[in-house]
Formats: sequence, C-alpha cells, structure tokens
Amino acid sequence: MELTVTDLAVARGGVPVLEGVSFTLSGGEALVLRGPNGIGKTTLLRTVAGLQPPLAGHVGLDREAMAYAGHADGIKATLSVRENLTFWADVFATDRVGEALAAFELEPLADRFAGNLSAGQKRRLGLARMVVTGRPVWVLDEPTVSLDVDAVAMFARAVRAHLGGGGMALLATHIDLGLDEARVLNLAPFRARAPEPDDFDGAFL
Amino acid sequence: MIALLIRDMKLGTRAGGGFGLGLAFFLIVVVLVPFGVGPETGRLSLIAPGILWLGALLACLLSLDRIFALDWEDGSLDLLATSPLPMEAAVSVKALAHWLTTGLPLVLAAPVLGVLLSLPAAGYAPLVLSLLLGTPALSVIGTFGAALTVGLKRGGLLLSLLVLPLYVPTLIFGAEVARRGAEGMDNTTPMLMLAGITCGTIALLPFASAAVLRVNLR
Repeated sequence: MELTVTDLAVARGGVPVLEGVSFTLSGGEALVLRGPNGIGKTTLLRTVAGLQPPLAGHVGLDREAMAYAGHADGIKATLSVRENLTFWADVFATDRVGEALAAFELEPLADRFAGNLSAGQKRRLGLARMVVTGRPVWVLDEPTVSLDVDAVAMFARAVRAHLGGGGMALLATHIDLGLDEARVLNLAPFRARAPEPDDFDGAFL
Repeated sequence: MIALLIRDMKLGTRAGGGFGLGLAFFLIVVVLVPFGVGPETGRLSLIAPGILWLGALLACLLSLDRIFALDWEDGSLDLLATSPLPMEAAVSVKALAHWLTTGLPLVLAAPVLGVLLSLPAAGYAPLVLSLLLGTPALSVIGTFGAALTVGLKRGGLLLSLLVLPLYVPTLIFGAEVARRGAEGMDNTTPMLMLAGITCGTIALLPFASAAVLRVNLR
C-alpha cells in the first residue's frame, strides 16, 4: 500500500494556500510536515484525509484507509475514557480498545469521565483513538500539543509500533518527536502565489 | 450505526444532555395557557389540540441546535466524517436519537398535559396518534436545519427562521387531526397527509442533510 500525493493544490476559505505538493509514502514510513503558522499544514492534512476537495491534483489512496486526528480530540465529557474508545471501536468495527489504553497508559483512568481529565490526558485519549481505528494511514495534526516529555515518548512509541506493522503516518508538528527515521517535508517552497485580482469579485478578496 | 445511536442516547440522558429540557418547556407552556386565556373549560377544550401541538413543536425546536453543534465543537463531527459510517446514516441516526430523547417523551406527556387543558375525552387517541406520526418529521426537518447552520456561532436564531416555515405543513395537518378527533369528526384525510409528510421527509431529507454537512465541514 502506498500513499501518493501528486501536484496537490489546496485552499482555505477560498484562498489558495499551497500548490504543487507531491510526495509518496509507502508502508512503514512516516512523513513530518513542517512550515510556519498559516502555511496550510492543517488544510493539506484535511484534504488528504478527504474532508475537503483539492483545488487541483490528486490523492492516490482511498480515504477509507485513513484515520484523521485534528486539533480537537472529539472527546465526550460525559462518557468515561473506556466508553469514548469503545464507541470508536464499534464505529470502525475493531476490538483494539485494550491495546489503545495500554499504548497511552490510560488504564488507571479508564473508568473516569473524560471531562475530568487534564488537557494532556485528553490528548492521550484522542491519540489512543488512532490505535483503535486500525487504519493503515494515520493523518495527525499537531499531535503533541499539551503533551509532556514522557507522553511525547509514549506517542513516538505508538507511532513506531504502527509503522512496524506496515502502517504509515503523516504528521504536522513543530517539535522534535524523536522519530529519527521520519522524513521531513518543508512546505514553505510550496506556498501558493497570491491570485491576481483580475475580476470584480477578486477585488473584494 | 447502533453504536452512534447508543452514544447519542447516553449523551442525551446524562447530565447536561438536554433531556427533559423540551419536556419541561412543554409543561410550562401548557400550564401557562389557562392563565393567559382564562380557565373556562369550553374555551380551553376548543383550543387544546392546537396548543398541545404548538407546545410540542416549540419544545422540539428548543433542542435542535444541539444535534450537531456539540459534535462540531469538540471535533467529533470531523472524525465521524472520516469514519466508515456513511454521512447519510450518521445523519439519520442523529435524527432518530433526537426523536427518541425529545419527540417520544413529548408524545407520551401529551395526554397527561391534555387533562390540564380539559381536552375532550374523544380527543386523546387522535392527539397521541397525530403526535406519534408528526414528531418524527419535526426531528428530521430539524436535523436538516441543524446541518445547515452547523459551524455558525449562535446559529440558533437562523436555525429557527429556517426551520419554522418547513414545520408549518406538519403543524397544520397534525393539529387538524387532533382537532377533528376532539370534535368527533372523521380525520382520515389530514392523518394521511401527515403520514405522507413524515414519510417523505424521512426518505429525502437525510440525503440533503448529509450533503449540506459535507459542504459545511470543508
């Protein structure tokens, strides 16, 4: 299985932000996207995950193969940690809740309401969902926000285990994850040129 | 799909889920009406079917913006969109969960509240039947409205403006079924119209809601 992105152009709020992005990711590989704030990392990841259509170009893998984790964790405060994960396990038709709880050391918290967790613990729960999905491509947007050093290492171990099983990971992050084998793609050269305001509507953009 | 239904029911009935909000509003409306129009039984029993229908409709409207807003805020709507569940199924399940936590309790409470408005004895069965047939349409139409306004801050007002005109046919025929029943007349025609509206909305609107939701998630 291979994720091939060819000549992708993406837009945020109608304004093109990135163009000509191409990369290939095969089983067992991780790719880290870097670039300054506002360059379009989130937009690119959402496009790859199939949440929005590209302006141009092509994502060469079905969206059914991807699991997406954005800035928000999608955690329900009035469900317990285990209930949150069990829900996603049922949706994705897997039974990997125990594995996910173990990978992010959430077992002691399993029966607590998710609303009572700290920000870092919530983030770990959000990332544990990726293990639950059982999908081959992880698309992760700033996965390490509010994680401490130990939890970042925990996350790196989980990603490595995922890659070891033939999976792929596409991450946008600013910090060093300790994933030395991951390739890095700097998005700054792909910044879209501002469109010429050549028509009436364009003058108002 | 069943997992989503179970989750939404749990979320709806646990603390802060809004279960009972519609029911309490319905109760308040029905209790206050006799103070407003005076306690004469004759007048009350004349307007009872209409008031009960209107109260149920407004109570239903009250909880609509929660259908998608909460899932949108915490990001689970994005995650649901990338899950194996088709958007149409997710939307239908959400509408069903809304009906089970809001519409069904209203149906069950209506005969009890009918007593407060001195609804004629002949009117109870048609009232419950009309609400049972009509409230699913309210939930499905409301889900469509909620999908249209998801992502808008304070979209509740816009949601009400969009949804209320769509509620009018359901209200007209629903209240007509209940009124004719209360007056002992034949109510087959409005009953069939009401059932038709409900079946039509259930068949068509989930597709529209899913399409709108996909656009709004971009």
